[in-house]
Amino acid sequence: MGQIQLNQVTKSFGDVQVIPPLDLTIEDGEFTVFVGPSGCGKSTLLRLIAGLEDITSGHIAIDGTDATDVPPAKRGLAMVFQSYALYPHMSVRKNIAFPMRMAGIDQAEQNRRIDAAAKALNLTDYLDRRPGQLSGGQRQRVAIGRAIVREPAAFLFDEPLSNLDAALRVGMRLEISEMHERLKTTMIYVTHDQVEAMTMADKIVVLRAGIVEQVGSPLELYQRPGNTFVAGFIGSPKMNLIEGPEAAKHDAATIGIRPEHIDISETEGTWQGTVGVSEHLGSDTFFHIQSGLSAEPLTVRAGGERKLKYGTEVFLTPQIEHLHRFDQHGLRIA
Amino acid sequence: MATQHSRSAARLMMAPAVVLLLGWMLIPLSMTLFFSFKKYLPLRGDSMANGLEWVGFANYTRFVGSSAFWPSVQATLTIVGGVLIITVVLGVLLALLLNQPMWGQGVVRILVIAPFFVMPTVSALVWKNMFMDPTNGLLAYLWKFFGTEPIAWLSQASLPSLIMIVSWQWLPFATLILLTAIQSLDGEQLEAAEMDGAPSIKRFWFIVLPHLSRAITIVILIQTIFLLAIFAEIFVTTGGAFGTKTLSYLIFQRVLESQNVGLGSAGGVYAIILANIVAIFLMRIVGKNLDA
Ligand SMILES: Nc1ncnc2c1ncn2[C@@H]1O[C@H](COP(=O)(O)OP(=O)(O)OP(=O)(O)O)[C@@H](O)[C@H]1O
Ligand SMILES: [Mg+2]
Repeated sequence: MGQIQLNQVTKSFGDVQVIPPLDLTIEDGEFTVFVGPSGCGKSTLLRLIAGLEDITSGHIAIDGTDATDVPPAKRGLAMVFQSYALYPHMSVRKNIAFPMRMAGIDQAEQNRRIDAAAKALNLTDYLDRRPGQLSGGQRQRVAIGRAIVREPAAFLFDEPLSNLDAALRVGMRLEISEMHERLKTTMIYVTHDQVEAMTMADKIVVLRAGIVEQVGSPLELYQRPGNTFVAGFIGSPKMNLIEGPEAAKHDAATIGIRPEHIDISETEGTWQGTVGVSEHLGSDTFFHIQSGLSAEPLTVRAGGERKLKYGTEVFLTPQIEHLHRFDQHGLRIA
Repeated sequence: MATQHSRSAARLMMAPAVVLLLGWMLIPLSMTLFFSFKKYLPLRGDSMANGLEWVGFANYTRFVGSSAFWPSVQATLTIVGGVLIITVVLGVLLALLLNQPMWGQGVVRILVIAPFFVMPTVSALVWKNMFMDPTNGLLAYLWKFFGTEPIAWLSQASLPSLIMIVSWQWLPFATLILLTAIQSLDGEQLEAAEMDGAPSIKRFWFIVLPHLSRAITIVILIQTIFLLAIFAEIFVTTGGAFGTKTLSYLIFQRVLESQNVGLGSAGGVYAIILANIVAIFLMRIVGKNLDA
């Protein structure tokens, strides 16, 4: 069990309100990702849920019972820190055993859980090493192992992969997703990497300056972003946002169109522009097209074999059915 | 070749320092060894010019044989051990306290460090006359206030009094080193332990203390080196009476009071041996923290 409910939660450091009143429900067994730009309050929110930070006002309920004043150890949550926070003077085995030792679980049960976790996380050969003798990815797995053995109601991850290199990150991402499928435990995962958010989440919570901008499944956010911030934040490369007269033609203050929803042609089309830098990824090519429509160049996706020289005059045609329209407050129209 | 060239250049540049250091250490050491095998009583007319009589190990056996020797070793070890225990335990507690965010932190830290700047002679005199004096000392007033008979600290409880004085001097040093060590502890480790269900006592025991082990080792080793040789505190308080005669004080008495250089030198060699035994012993128990 691990349903978490935030009710009008706020947090201030001195005079600075980092989290304005916030309501959020995380259902049992859900993989929820908090995503947002740096400094928007993701870690703070996670620490409030963990109990490492006192909330200024509001209520937190875990499984329907009020946990606002419950100390962190009693909330039944396990946290994986960005710096891993392993105990450097203890062996991997002792690190993983620590929460069970504190809980007074008997030795046989401890060993059983350690062996199971070590097997699941490929740590069996490293149990007698110190954290200092492990690679970054292995340390990360020890930190996860230490969380798993507690059998918590929910896992909290604070940017657990940000210290790893790109290849390892993809691997760990899959491992964590796999673990979620297996354990079916609630997980809250903080990241500023929207690729991680898109690939792992059941539910994404997009935050900006402590405010929840939108909550929904990855595809929902991708296909129907609620406002221009979410539209620009979710998706890589970013959605093209166009203001001014071109937007007015569609009865909107801003229109947005994703790179894959623009057709590019050298002979005819709605908009005109010049090819700037092109990025060849093999499977796709992204062209940055300078046009009069917006200050930033438009990004257009084409097939991997498509080649256009720098400076070529081209025409662009947006696919009208995939056009997003936003009003003057940045909110989605229809 | 550049490396060979730079290596010989480095040797050349280091030579003066090495020679100076060797001279600095070796000359006094060999002089001490030399005198320890000689009969050398300047007041009886012995002098280097007349040639000194070789007496073999006579000085050594006489120094060990004197009734003051074993008590002095015991007094030395008691003082060193007592001061180490007090400074390390209180130092850890003070460092924990000073690490808490509080009002006036900067001033408090300076105040805590202050005793270290007071010269040993001065601080011992202050303790002797202001605090421990059985008639006018502050402690005597305190005792009288509670209606009990004041203690003549330096004669009735001489060793504990000395340990107290020396601990007061060395506590700032221990606190300072331990405080910097505590400040380098990663806060997320403590938070992780908190979430793992460790109450504050267990967090201290399982996380903070192991983190401090290296700093504690350093405090113990450095203090031991200096504490084995404390002198001024004894000189100005008890003058070696009431069982406070340490090995170094005994050597001082042999050389200066009884003007027996040979005997004092033999004592000096014993002091070197004792220091080495203590150092090896300490390295054994705490030294493994250093290479971890
Ligand atoms: N202890 C603190 N005292 C004062 N302000 C703080 C404290 N902790 C965080 N803040 C402020 O709260 C805001 C949110 O911080 P938080 O660490 O939650 O950001 P974040 O979303 O996790 O960012 P990042 O992606 O960079 O980790 C920041 O503006 C930060 O300066
Ligand atoms: Mg953060």
